Amino acid sequence: MVEFLSFRDGEATQEPAVTVESFTGQSNATAVRIEPGEDARELLPHLTRLSLIEVNFPAYGDGRGYSAARILREAGYTGELRAVGDVLVDQIVAMRRCGFDSFHPAKALDDAAVDRALNRYDDVYQKAIDGRSPVWAKRHPEKIDG
Amino acid sequence: MYRYDSYDQSIVDARVEEFRDQTQRRLSGALTEDQFKPLRLMNGLYLQLHAYMLRVAIPYGTLSGKQMRKLGEIAAKYDRGYGHFTTRQNLQYNWIKLADAPDILAELATVEMHAIQTSGNCIRNISSDQYAGVSADEIADPRPWAELLRQWSSFHPEFTYLPRKFKICVIASDDDRAAMRLHDIGLKLVSKDGVIGAEVYAGGGMGRTPMVAPLIRDFVPEEEIISYLEACLRVYNRYGRRDNKYKARIKILVHEIGVEEYKRQVEEEYAHMRTLGLNPPVEELDRIRAFFAPPAYETDLSDAIDRADPAFALWVDRQVVAHKAPGYAIVNISLKPLDGIPGDASAEQIARIADLAERYSLDELRVTHVQNLVLPHVKKADLPAIWQALEEIGLAEANLDLITDIIACPGLDYCALANARSIPLAQKIAQRFAEAERQAELGELKVKISGCINACGHHHAGHIGILGVDRRGVENFQLSLGGSGAEDASLGQITGPGFSEDGVVDAIEKVTDLYLAERESGERFLDTYRRIGMKPFKEAIYG
Repeated sequence: MVEFLSFRDGEATQEPAVTVESFTGQSNATAVRIEPGEDARELLPHLTRLSLIEVNFPAYGDGRGYSAARILREAGYTGELRAVGDVLVDQIVAMRRCGFDSFHPAKALDDAAVDRALNRYDDVYQKAIDGRSPVWAKRHPEKIDG
Repeated sequence: MYRYDSYDQSIVDARVEEFRDQTQRRLSGALTEDQFKPLRLMNGLYLQLHAYMLRVAIPYGTLSGKQMRKLGEIAAKYDRGYGHFTTRQNLQYNWIKLADAPDILAELATVEMHAIQTSGNCIRNISSDQYAGVSADEIADPRPWAELLRQWSSFHPEFTYLPRKFKICVIASDDDRAAMRLHDIGLKLVSKDGVIGAEVYAGGGMGRTPMVAPLIRDFVPEEEIISYLEACLRVYNRYGRRDNKYKARIKILVHEIGVEEYKRQVEEEYAHMRTLGLNPPVEELDRIRAFFAPPAYETDLSDAIDRADPAFALWVDRQVVAHKAPGYAIVNISLKPLDGIPGDASAEQIARIADLAERYSLDELRVTHVQNLVLPHVKKADLPAIWQALEEIGLAEANLDLITDIIACPGLDYCALANARSIPLAQKIAQRFAEAERQAELGELKVKISGCINACGHHHAGHIGILGVDRRGVENFQLSLGGSGAEDASLGQITGPGFSEDGVVDAIEKVTDLYLAERESGERFLDTYRRIGMKPFKEAIYG
């Protein structure tokens, strides 16, 4: 069973994450935790000093964190983006695609199930954050830059 | 018709294996029902009153003969021999064993079909006009757009845990045959300066708070539709309500913050989205379009129809509509025979209709949101043979858009959510108005029945709508008048206190009697209602 999963090189950020409210009030924090109702865009002016953003999923069915993750990556955030809380093995792939690169689920995950999930689909239909080439790009390679 | 390439096929095959793995984990006890529920619900598998129900996606309601035949085979092999066509142009099996579900999905995958996202809080099957590609009044075939959206929405990483389910419809005609404005997002293709794009409507829906979707953008060019929809969905995913599942649909968000504010937020997000390279190149839509190119119609066909048999002539007048190609016709097959279950077809009927599609309709079939079927490309010379074949399987009813062409949800006979039985009531109404002359005299009259407030039977959009409720343990039926799901979309108004099952049939008779007495030349029921208003109908019912 795996309690912490990272797709980043090097050590995971150890600094405890603070709430968005206390983060914006203190200038030296480098790790923050976003709750579902909070606006990830409030963090955009501070991205360069952040090394860890945790996105909390209190319940797996609350999908706001997927948008939060994409917004942060679309704005150029390159630090650690960690999904925490009710994170299930069947959500890891979508979360990876939205830019999460580490996971700290409330309940440990089965390694073999994680591997199976990550390797299940060879192809994806959408362009997202993970750099995977969508099916439409593979169908029209001459039209896609790079 | 669209055909899968190796990418589409590998994604659907992978999904079958994934679901097989999940089901095995459930059957072995490794997953509890609570853990399994979100997984099966992403794949159209519901635990109902008596068994599992499996909902199979029929993208934009288009099927080949081979696909239809497979649906019939599955009904015979894994169900009790029936399939139920739904208001979302899908098909449901009501008697499925959990252990069989992966095998059913594997069989579907062999004919390029699946059950992906036919339930769950995600983007559902894309619906469209059943006459797409064959009606003379469309600006373009909407199905290439619908297929583009099917692919874009399948396993969308950001929009798989939305506040609530999300239904998208694409049409391309002024006549709305798909209830486009009662969808979470409706697209109507339009042409502007010779360029095809879409008008976008957002925030429509039925359920306990019905709304007709307002226009939020008058033109999105085809090459940007994905980035625009990503913007619409992102605003909804972030700000749609999650505190109450009955207030979680996009219609509530649009209503609560206002159309202008929703539009403003979408435009802001769209400006950002268009910079991200999310749109497939136009060549991709062109690739899909090629699959929907008009078939090679024969030329020099006769438009003559031998009307010597009056029963045949009646069926032609009612069920057959104009096709854009000379010598061809569109045939509507009624799935509303007297004493039948609206939308149900037996395995044998499904197989025979598959034969008809292959033999007489260039291997194509459509499913309508009114729970009927369509043979879209029929030579007029073949109409008698088709009628004869439909007679043999009991589906030659001539009642399209008449009072017995009733939409009904599965109701309390099958559904775990229902408060009342819809099917027996539909049968009683059909019995009361069974006489063909009487139906013809009443003309277009759309009756829609829902067995609970979730409104799967579209009762809000019925010229006559019926909602089944539970009143202190007794089934009770509320009557509403004046709804429409067509281009003149409107929501029905409740007449007053509800009725027993027999009482509501009597009330409908009073309503239709008044209509016959009051109508002016050429008026449909809906027109008369709109002209004279609720008051006289109320007096006729309760006075």
